[in-house]
Amino acid sequence: MSFYALLSSYTFAYKLIHHRPMKKVTTIISVALLLAITACGGESNSRKTENTRESITPQPKAEVKKSTTMDPMSSKGIGPIKELTLAETIDQGMVAEGKALFDKNCAACHKPDKKYIGPAPKDILNRRTPEWVMNMIMNPTEMVQKDPIAKQVLAEANGAIMADQNIQEEDARKILEYFRTL
Amino acid sequence: MNPLKQLSVLAAAAILVLPACTNNNEGAQNTGAINKSSAAEKVYVAPGEYDEFYSFMSGGFSGQVSVYGLPSGRLLKVIPVFSVDGEKGYGFNEETKPLLETSHGFIPWDDAHHPELSQTKGKPDGKYLFINGNNTPRVARIDLSTFETAEIIELPNAGGNHSSPFTTENSEYVVAGTRFSVPIPQSDMSIADYKGKFKGSLSFISVDPEHGHMDIDFQVLMPGFDYDLAHGGKGKSHGWMFFTTYNTEESHTLKEVNASQNDKDYIAAINWKKAQEYIEQGKFKEMDSEYLINRYDEKKHLAETIKKNKVRVLDPTECPGVVYFLPTPKSPHGVDVDPTGSYIIGNGKLNANLTVHSFDKMIQAIENKSFADEAYGIPVLNFEDVAAGTVESGGLGPLHTEFDGQGNAYTTFFISSEVVKWKLGTWEVLDRVPTYYSVGHLMIPGGDSKEPWGKYMVALNKITKDRYLPTGPELAHSAQLYDISGDKMELILDFPTIGEPHYAQAIAADIVMNRSKKIYSLEENEHPHAAKSESEARVEKNGNEVHVYMTTIRSHFAPDNIEGIEAGDKVYFHVTNLEQDWDVPHGFSVLGAQNAELLIMPGQTETLLWEPLKPGIYPFYCTDFCSALHQEMQGYLRVSAKGQAPEVLATTGD
Repeated sequence: MSFYALLSSYTFAYKLIHHRPMKKVTTIISVALLLAITACGGESNSRKTENTRESITPQPKAEVKKSTTMDPMSSKGIGPIKELTLAETIDQGMVAEGKALFDKNCAACHKPDKKYIGPAPKDILNRRTPEWVMNMIMNPTEMVQKDPIAKQVLAEANGAIMADQNIQEEDARKILEYFRTL
Repeated sequence: MNPLKQLSVLAAAAILVLPACTNNNEGAQNTGAINKSSAAEKVYVAPGEYDEFYSFMSGGFSGQVSVYGLPSGRLLKVIPVFSVDGEKGYGFNEETKPLLETSHGFIPWDDAHHPELSQTKGKPDGKYLFINGNNTPRVARIDLSTFETAEIIELPNAGGNHSSPFTTENSEYVVAGTRFSVPIPQSDMSIADYKGKFKGSLSFISVDPEHGHMDIDFQVLMPGFDYDLAHGGKGKSHGWMFFTTYNTEESHTLKEVNASQNDKDYIAAINWKKAQEYIEQGKFKEMDSEYLINRYDEKKHLAETIKKNKVRVLDPTECPGVVYFLPTPKSPHGVDVDPTGSYIIGNGKLNANLTVHSFDKMIQAIENKSFADEAYGIPVLNFEDVAAGTVESGGLGPLHTEFDGQGNAYTTFFISSEVVKWKLGTWEVLDRVPTYYSVGHLMIPGGDSKEPWGKYMVALNKITKDRYLPTGPELAHSAQLYDISGDKMELILDFPTIGEPHYAQAIAADIVMNRSKKIYSLEENEHPHAAKSESEARVEKNGNEVHVYMTTIRSHFAPDNIEGIEAGDKVYFHVTNLEQDWDVPHGFSVLGAQNAELLIMPGQTETLLWEPLKPGIYPFYCTDFCSALHQEMQGYLRVSAKGQAPEVLATTGD
């Protein structure tokens, strides 16, 4: 069923519920109608959405935490990186490789120190955990669909999706090391 | 609105909502509109589920190959092969144009007949699909890791490449036989002098086991008959290839009458292993013959043409033991070899009965040198010596036979529009079903291999009159799917196809899907004009030749503002898709493009040549919906009058 058909059904239901002379009858029918609609909605939400190209489809049923309750510096994001401790000193070899990887895979949308299509990675570790950064690099499609912070960033970028460039963990780690120097 | 009216509107809305909901939710459990039919259940593949088989159907005069899932009959892809395809830029972009080059120049169309899967040990291996171009004789190879045409080879000394591209057990060779005999070498001569002067050729195209690269190993020079179809021996008959012939009368006009005079024509049995021995012994002639091999390089993302000018030819009169003729009644069309390799079935199309030859008896007759005759120096075996049996079908116009691997054969009858199931060995007819209408080929997944998946059979029909909603004078051809898992064949689905589906082949899905590529690695992109990062995006102008090195990523081009172009310039847009994620192609086209769009897969580079004629501002944009900001994926190019252009400018975001 199309979204518009649903919408117009809701509209009819709403108008009629608030129409006094027929209130009781219409309420009963409306409840039946809403039940039918809910059944449909439940089904469509349970469908697989894996690998969809469009990932900003609004999902009214998803639970979104209020941003006031989120602490970005404690969120590790969603993805393969669960725990990461950074060494005190920065590995310059990794930085050089990380920069090359960034230039090749990321620079079409990110400039190191100013917002371009997406945000600048400069000082990112003051705003995010290292785990979150690596998960965002490696698992952007799921992150922008499910992670509250990533969803917020996507909204701020007017829905400009972050491309999954198939970055493996070793390379993502080098890119992170490069970010530490920015 | 009065309350009653409102109520009725509301009730109507509820009625609308509920049935729609029922269909969406319960389709999987309850067949709903198609209503409890077991046929519907057998072909129902729920949304999001995969089909059991890939089937590859020839597009016939569309020149392409279509890929359908079975049993659902869902169209998965149309692979452009012999004809240009604006949808994919095939034959329009600079990279694929060379694939359609021939010694006759650029040919944008052909007539594709017989898809054939590559085999290992007599079983389809899911690596390649071969298909013949009938009109300008060629064979194409499609790589099934990408579902793209990887190579097209031209065949010299041929007219009408119809008996092609049937494979040997390990795809040592795919073959190509000429349906229309011609003077070999070609010459300017009177058509009335056909008899004895025109020749046929049977080409053995080698397939490199590692890269799949094709080349002509040798050709066998044959009498000027029409070589109609072929199939390879298997098991005990591995090493042999069988070709049907008609027009052994060697008529050159009104063949409808004149090529049907002889009571029997021949199946030509070619011992290609013996032929290889003669080649090794140097007993071939090298003939001047111009032909092209066009290969697509997956790393360079472009096709290159190799020009050849010699071919090795064997004359069977000088190479005894290579060719024998098996007399076969009545202009046999298809020739099919059963899964054990024991029986060679000649589908005599002007006959009611099928002739089955025995491979063992053929070998025995050859060893006994029991020859009835010879034709142009080629021994003709006695029909009685080689015949294993006759299927008294009761049908009319047998064309093709496939096998289910359980001892049964299935033959199409064009004139009586039916498929007849019969038993190998006893030749008894077990079942028959009508087709709608005029069936040509049929296909069982793996049905011409050593191990068929004998669950479904597809009849490929030429006429569909009254089967679908009418679409004016031109109607679709069709495929009809039958369940053959029981004793009785049962029609369970009927779907229209693209062009004319002559032959088809199918293979278990997991063999192919596990090898399917998702992206091209940007790292490995060796295209000479690739821009592998946005920092390499630029415009280079040299005189009136302009090269735009452009990148795409969701959702912008770099550069997206271009100036400094003049009317009459030749502008090459080399567009590299920087994406490395599955199913994220970008398209590209520019106002006034004289050819077609580009459709660039992740990691790929493609080139559009454009020659702007008039000054002005020309928008360009992404033609394949790529993201929520797809509509924003656009740019501008400024064209100035000749001699009036400003400095070249190529920017993004400035």
